[in-house]
Amino acid sequence: MRWIYKSPLRLRSLFKKNWVEQELSEELRFHLENQIEQNIAQGMSPQEARYSALRQFGNVGTIKEECRDSWGMRFITEFLQDLGYGLRQLRRSPGFTVVAVLTLALGMAAAVSIFGFVDSVLIRPLPYSNPSRLMAVFKTSPLGGRQMGYSYPDYLDLERFNAAFASIAAYDGSESYVLSDGASVHRVNGIGVTSGFFRVLGVTPLLGTDFSSRSATEDLQAVPSTVILSYPAWQEWFGGKPDVLGKTVTLNGEAYTVIGVLPRSFQFAPTGATEFWTTLHPYAGNPCTSGRGCAVMGVVARLKNGITLQQASTDAQAISAQEARRYPDPDRNRGASVVPLSQAILGNIRPVLLALFAGAGLLLLIAYINVASLLLVRSENRRREFAVRGALGASRGRLVWQFVTEGILIVAASSALGLFAATLARRLLLKLIPADMLSFMPCLRGSGWNWHVAAFAMLLLLIACALFAMTPALRLPFTNLRAGLAEGNLGAAGTAWRRLGTRLVVLELATTMVLLAGAGLLGKSLYRLMHIDLGFVPGHLATLSILAPGSKYSKSAQAIALQRGIVSSLQSLPGVAAAGTASDLPVGGEGGTQIGFVDRPGLGENNAVGHIIVSPGYLSALQAQLLKGRYFNENDNAGAPLVAIINQTLVRRYFRGVNPIGRQFFYHAHGSDAKLDGPAHPTRIVGVIADVKQNALDGPVTPVVYTPFDQEPGPSFSVAVRTSQSAAAALPTLIATLHKTDPGIVTSGAATMPEIIQDSQAAYWHRASAWLAGGFAALALALSIVGLYGVIAYSVSRRTHEIGVRMALGASRGSVLRMILKEAGWLTLIGLVIGIPGSIVAGMLMRSLLFDVHSWNVLILGAIAAVLVTAALLASYIPARRAAKVDPMVALRYE
Amino acid sequence: MSKPTDLVQGTLDLLILKTLALEPRHGWGIAQRIRQVSGDVLQVNQGALYPALHRLEQNGWIRAKWGGSENNRHAKYYSLTPAGRKYLEREEANWRRLSAAIGLVLENS
Repeated sequence: MRWIYKSPLRLRSLFKKNWVEQELSEELRFHLENQIEQNIAQGMSPQEARYSALRQFGNVGTIKEECRDSWGMRFITEFLQDLGYGLRQLRRSPGFTVVAVLTLALGMAAAVSIFGFVDSVLIRPLPYSNPSRLMAVFKTSPLGGRQMGYSYPDYLDLERFNAAFASIAAYDGSESYVLSDGASVHRVNGIGVTSGFFRVLGVTPLLGTDFSSRSATEDLQAVPSTVILSYPAWQEWFGGKPDVLGKTVTLNGEAYTVIGVLPRSFQFAPTGATEFWTTLHPYAGNPCTSGRGCAVMGVVARLKNGITLQQASTDAQAISAQEARRYPDPDRNRGASVVPLSQAILGNIRPVLLALFAGAGLLLLIAYINVASLLLVRSENRRREFAVRGALGASRGRLVWQFVTEGILIVAASSALGLFAATLARRLLLKLIPADMLSFMPCLRGSGWNWHVAAFAMLLLLIACALFAMTPALRLPFTNLRAGLAEGNLGAAGTAWRRLGTRLVVLELATTMVLLAGAGLLGKSLYRLMHIDLGFVPGHLATLSILAPGSKYSKSAQAIALQRGIVSSLQSLPGVAAAGTASDLPVGGEGGTQIGFVDRPGLGENNAVGHIIVSPGYLSALQAQLLKGRYFNENDNAGAPLVAIINQTLVRRYFRGVNPIGRQFFYHAHGSDAKLDGPAHPTRIVGVIADVKQNALDGPVTPVVYTPFDQEPGPSFSVAVRTSQSAAAALPTLIATLHKTDPGIVTSGAATMPEIIQDSQAAYWHRASAWLAGGFAALALALSIVGLYGVIAYSVSRRTHEIGVRMALGASRGSVLRMILKEAGWLTLIGLVIGIPGSIVAGMLMRSLLFDVHSWNVLILGAIAAVLVTAALLASYIPARRAAKVDPMVALRYE
Repeated sequence: MSKPTDLVQGTLDLLILKTLALEPRHGWGIAQRIRQVSGDVLQVNQGALYPALHRLEQNGWIRAKWGGSENNRHAKYYSLTPAGRKYLEREEANWRRLSAAIGLVLENS
């Protein structure tokens, strides 16, 4: 029951301190007065009485202290006192405070913001139920294990025969659907999936129902076409109204009934921002769903309980081997691989993010070191103050605690600033990612403040606190009070610190070098990437893709007529030098097929090559280099013998030392027309061009065959136009011309070729990494210069006396300057020596990010060393000059 | 006057609590009372008294209230709480037992 009395007392002594103090004084005064009265009553004079009473009372201050001690709030009141004192001290040296707080805030902002990305991409699990059991299954091609999709019949086999998966589903390649909205047409993204797709992921629709579960073969039968909308699609096309269920949507001329809407948070990264999810349907006699040659389906599966990844992989491979035996034509040499879905989705981003995180971590390290040295300098300057306080009776613990509270204050201020800056930085970084790339990395969008990030920030805070509390406290002159109190700090006591302080700055320089090396390597890698030989001339090239309504252009003749009309109308435009069409643009993809060679049966029939369908003028519009033979012309039309142009890589791989012109090959599992399969329909090679970069900028060059459009027409293709003036300005005119030809055509992806190259994924990632790394390196360099400046300046100020003596003994100003510069030079040299192996190691770790650059590029290392040396000279020049300007008389007189 | 003997802290607490058992007093009053009752042998020093009083208050055995003194001055009066009363009883019993034991040892050895 005692606590009822105790707590109010304790709180009162904390919050109403003045009042309580006053009470205590009054109480003691009352006692004193009574004592005086008693003394007077005993016969002393008033003055005597007073003196006697006071003497007997003793030290009022000590009594008061002991009373205060008994209140038990001592620690809190002392802590508050220390905080107040610390604040006043910091305010008295604003330069130090501002630099320390800003430096630390910078480091923390960088680390926390990058960690936010790392957390949302790498640490947080995917937004499906039990995501660690979700796997992605790929077929692997004989060409170096490249991952490919499944064909539909192969998927059916996998579904029927597997023993490892509790549930399995497949999804189509992303299709562009034409959405007819009554009056206008729009191009939208849609994916066909098997009926169990959302169930495998563990996602239930927000509105309506999932696709009803049907057996796989029934997916394709003539059941009513149903579609499930994504949340953004629901908002955009139906205004987010709940009566959307049962409404119909016209896609590619067919009516689909809306049966459900997905939750807002749903995302499926491999397909990007898909708006319409339909069940698989045989659209317009698509041979892709019946033949095994068309391998574009992605497969996701959930492991059964107790089955491991390894077991599932072996199982899938066994099924694949069986297929290879039974259907040797398309499936020979094709294996299977099972990877966790998270790896399939995040594989590309992981190394970049980790590298950035390492860079931010190094920057934070430099910030820590900088602030630690600043604190060390400060503690040196206050040695006398603390020696006096120690002599007056302050306990060692109390003095240490004083440093701790100052450190805490700095850390608190910089954390607040740093976390605020981190939020801003994060938002800025997200804005810099182009929207369509962001749609393939939806996990990034969700990242903000959460437990992980808060815990990480707290960890950084604690490390900083511990570091900054300890470093100055290590220097307190506990043992040698006399030296601290002595007037002349003649340098002997300072050397120990100088040794520690200089070592720290060397670490800073080495870390900066590593960051600079990273930035340099990434920069050079970016340069190489943007200057690779593309095989064509990208400037002044305008491009866009078109999709004609399949209903109107389902026959070959119609498609050919459309294409001819488009090309001629474009070519007749003023300012157009040449125009052409292709099924895939450069840096945009390469299609794919498999061929066998007539009269070379040993090579088999499954040689995977790229396959692009072009108009006659296309290759010359691109200004691709023709090495042998001829381009296509009007004679290569529908009735004529099949011809093709191949690229140099195909020649190098299959026709080494032989003239390929006139040789023949045939298709196996032709993509668009099964009638063209087999050795009965050989294609003759009529030309060879130098390699044109078809897929990713940093990807390998593959063998490609180009065939004339007239022999393989279709309703969708891309258009490339070479303009004499600005390509960007020509784009609207092109679109208008196309719509004049047929208003039902949907155009998309209008961009100039240089834009496409700049915005391609490879270019984007390399550019982003290089810029971010460069930013970190620049910041690190700035911090290191400040740090080095601080060290040298402090060293000079400690050695002022020594310099005075030297000059008095005859040393010239120049020699003093040289002496200081030499000290800086040694520090820099040691920093370099430590930094070079560090840079090489960093380069090796970054290998996967670099394009065509060695990890130990001597030129870059040399350039960085030069930069660092120049920076160091700059940093140390000012203090050195100040040293040289020391007046010996002044230096010797004042110590 | 003989020199005041040093009192152990616990003993001082006991004396204070006993003094307050009869009626509330202020600090000066407590010191005077102890001196009177002990026949000038025990003279409590202010340096020991007030810290002890504040400690006893923090522990909840005595309670303080400001009031008017005999000569109409503002003084802080302390009184015993029920918990303090119980504590006093316990400590008194301990002391008697202890002093009896010491007495026995001094007599018989």
